[in-house]
Amino acid sequence: MSEKKPALWLRIWAIITYAYIYLPILILIIFSFNTQKLNVRWEGFTFHWYEVLFNDQEVMLATRNSLTVAAVSTTAATIIGTMAALALQRYRFPGYTLAESTLYIPVIIPEVVMGISLLAFFAQIGFTLGLGTITLAHIAFNIPFVTLVVRARLHGFDKAIEEAAMDLGANELTTFWRVTLPTIMPGVLSGALLAFTLSLDDYVITYFTAGPGSTTLPLRVFSMVRFAVTPEVNALSTLWVLTVFTLLLIGQLAQRRRV
Amino acid sequence: MKGLKLIALVGMAMLLVSACGGGQVQSKELNLYAWSEYIPQALLDGFTEETGIKVNYDAYSSNEELIAKLQAGASGYDVIIPSDYTIVILSKQGLLEELDLSQIPNFENIDPALKNPYYDPEHKYSVPYQWGTVGLVVDTSKVSEPLTSWNDLWDPAYEGRVILLDDEREVLGMVLLSLGYEKNSTDPAQLEEAKARLIELMPNVRLFDSDSPKTALLAGEVWLGMTWNGEAAIAHGENPAIDYICPVEGCGIWYDNLSIPKGAPHKDAAHLFINYVLKPEASILITAEFPYSNPNKAALELLQKENPELYEAYMSFRATNPSVEEIENAHPVMDVGDATALWDRIWTEVKGGE
Amino acid sequence: MAETTTSQPFGRSFTVVAKIRENARMQGLVLISPTIIYLALFLLLPLLLVVVLSVMTRGPYGNVVYRLNLQNYTRLIDPLYLRILGYSLTVAAFTTLVTILIGYPLAYYIARVPEVQRAPLLFLILVPFWTNFIIRIYAWIMLLRSEGLLNSLLINLGVIQIPMEILYTPTAVLIGMVYEFLPFMVLPLYTSLEKIENAQLEAAADLGARPWQAFLRITLPLSVPGMIAGSILVFIPAMGMFVVPDLMGGAKTVLVGNLIRNQFLTARDWPFGAAASMLLLLLTLVFTLFYTRKAGFGEELLL
Repeated sequence: MSEKKPALWLRIWAIITYAYIYLPILILIIFSFNTQKLNVRWEGFTFHWYEVLFNDQEVMLATRNSLTVAAVSTTAATIIGTMAALALQRYRFPGYTLAESTLYIPVIIPEVVMGISLLAFFAQIGFTLGLGTITLAHIAFNIPFVTLVVRARLHGFDKAIEEAAMDLGANELTTFWRVTLPTIMPGVLSGALLAFTLSLDDYVITYFTAGPGSTTLPLRVFSMVRFAVTPEVNALSTLWVLTVFTLLLIGQLAQRRRV
Repeated sequence: MKGLKLIALVGMAMLLVSACGGGQVQSKELNLYAWSEYIPQALLDGFTEETGIKVNYDAYSSNEELIAKLQAGASGYDVIIPSDYTIVILSKQGLLEELDLSQIPNFENIDPALKNPYYDPEHKYSVPYQWGTVGLVVDTSKVSEPLTSWNDLWDPAYEGRVILLDDEREVLGMVLLSLGYEKNSTDPAQLEEAKARLIELMPNVRLFDSDSPKTALLAGEVWLGMTWNGEAAIAHGENPAIDYICPVEGCGIWYDNLSIPKGAPHKDAAHLFINYVLKPEASILITAEFPYSNPNKAALELLQKENPELYEAYMSFRATNPSVEEIENAHPVMDVGDATALWDRIWTEVKGGE
Repeated sequence: MAETTTSQPFGRSFTVVAKIRENARMQGLVLISPTIIYLALFLLLPLLLVVVLSVMTRGPYGNVVYRLNLQNYTRLIDPLYLRILGYSLTVAAFTTLVTILIGYPLAYYIARVPEVQRAPLLFLILVPFWTNFIIRIYAWIMLLRSEGLLNSLLINLGVIQIPMEILYTPTAVLIGMVYEFLPFMVLPLYTSLEKIENAQLEAAADLGARPWQAFLRITLPLSVPGMIAGSILVFIPAMGMFVVPDLMGGAKTVLVGNLIRNQFLTARDWPFGAAASMLLLLLTLVFTLFYTRKAGFGEELLL
């Protein structure tokens, strides 16, 4: 789009909107230092809750579980989803509409329904609930999102460059690996990022497919806030945000280097 | 002399070894499924230290979630903490293991008044964990009139200042009581009347919250309402102006129990754990952290010795220590069987109506 | 027809591979097969269970009795449930509308800043989603309650005398819903807006069009696919959302999500819950297919 700077009112609107987005985050961070356990009113400043957080075995375990599930499910879903995107954008085959419709289901299905159905399914086939079942569930709802994102990227893809590569003697696999994949990589990465985020933040489906000792972060946090949103919970969120910001910063700096 | 000392040492060592573990327990793990914020970490740590059994503590936030998980099957849990009517429902569906009380000698610590309850007279499936009431909570700094009846909630002066539990059985049951009916009525006419009455209350209701009603109270969003005794006790601790009352129609009353679901993988560890929880030293940890009512008589006696201040606070506040009359006048939730659909529909109509 | 002059590296034993390489349809099938197999197993089969469940009967203790019963579906034809559905649709519609109103200028802005700034700006929208969903809502509760920060600030500044009661009202619910769904509208909108050729706008300017005319005649229509995509991503999940209305609205309403959840929990009527779920699923599926056919494939559904 135009390289002309956007109008002033647009800039103000953007600032206000970002303020709206980040205001609660600011609150979270501030109240992670509150001395009052019930966190209803500000009483004083302390680092105590960060200490509590680091000593909290349950939270540490939940964090490890969440990251593991997210990593595995994202990897699997990205591979499967990218393949599906290629299939849907480039080929016609019997069952095309069925495949496309099936991919929409996890996006629109009420989470309770998906959760319950998986719970019933695993129970019927005698699969013990645990990290394995959670991961299987996460892959299921991640595949469609990856597919959508990669499809969007493929939509504007010019096949001429692929044909050129093939004319020069590359076979399909080499072409894919050296031409197609790098070009759609931003889409694949976006899809992966989305899948990772969705997996990390999932509550309902995880709730129904979790078993003993396989608590994830959202489950743990949810049960913690039943009692009150203690500063410890806020401390956890604060650390998450700071971690993501740091990663983002590193990513940005790395990109600048490349350019 | 040396010989005697040696024997004494060995003897002590043997005692120590036999005290730990309490016998031949194979399991190294225990899967606990309970309410969140209900079992002190210190208790779990103490159990692990004494027995070497690791505890996995997963949480649910309502009896219905527990039932749903168990009903669907393949849960993998060893110890659960169902409420009174939940035990009836689960046992009727064959989802509970029968307890081997011989493995739970600490059972004798339970107050006789709380033994042999209506929902499990022979303790086939459960032993008491904690119990409590559902009553009127009021911030006396905002409400000067003394409250005596559930009907007081309908006073127009409290518009938008009332909090209710988000629990159809407790709320609708309370409305039935206010009309002079049974809390667990299945009579459609009575239920219709209760529905109309509850709709009349809605302008006063600021929010429904079963998880943490104390928050809205302490934040000053609401002045009075219906809450669990434990929540009221915690709020009272933060703000002594907050009081708890059992109205004339009667409080609600509930009993939470330790049970073992059918097919538990570590039954031996489960029994060990239940026995451990019933130890006075362990039980007082619960009262110290979560101020509900403790059915463990030996624990309360220990509390009096170890922490007289906390004991006093516990005994003097009606939320933790209701009087005999209040207990007798209280009404538990009972399964209404086929009328469940009607109850749910009425609740939906009240909330879903515009 | 492209002649594969490249040698088959592994000889005759891989004639199957050769067949696949020559046949485009086979290639498509091979690529889509992991998805089909996986989702058939972990999505369709479980859903089949739910369909079966929806025609079963509720037992006396809330267990499932395997007796055919179609009443679960006929029960749904009831003014009460229609009203609930209608209310859910209204909430979802309002949420979608407000996210468009707030999100469009933001997406437009990001699409017009220098290219290097765009990715970070988009990322910044997503960062809060790395905190926990529930905690974000509770942060809003802290902000909006009577003694919360917003009111305290306004009172201290003398703008108002008594605290505004925002919390536990429909306004609070809207604030929360829009907050949760804004990124899902902004991202697709941005994708649409980013594609608009600068040349078209300059041509319009050259022909004498004023900026707002160019906007109405060129930009807006070209961003419609993005709006449709964003609307689907907001409207459909918003219909089933009940956590925000419960936490920020005081749990005083019953939406479709509450209804279904209640059937599986409090009412212990799984068959009825399953039937309601099936109906909701059918409705949203029809909706979605209709809109995506209309918008072409919804490539703007995501970046």
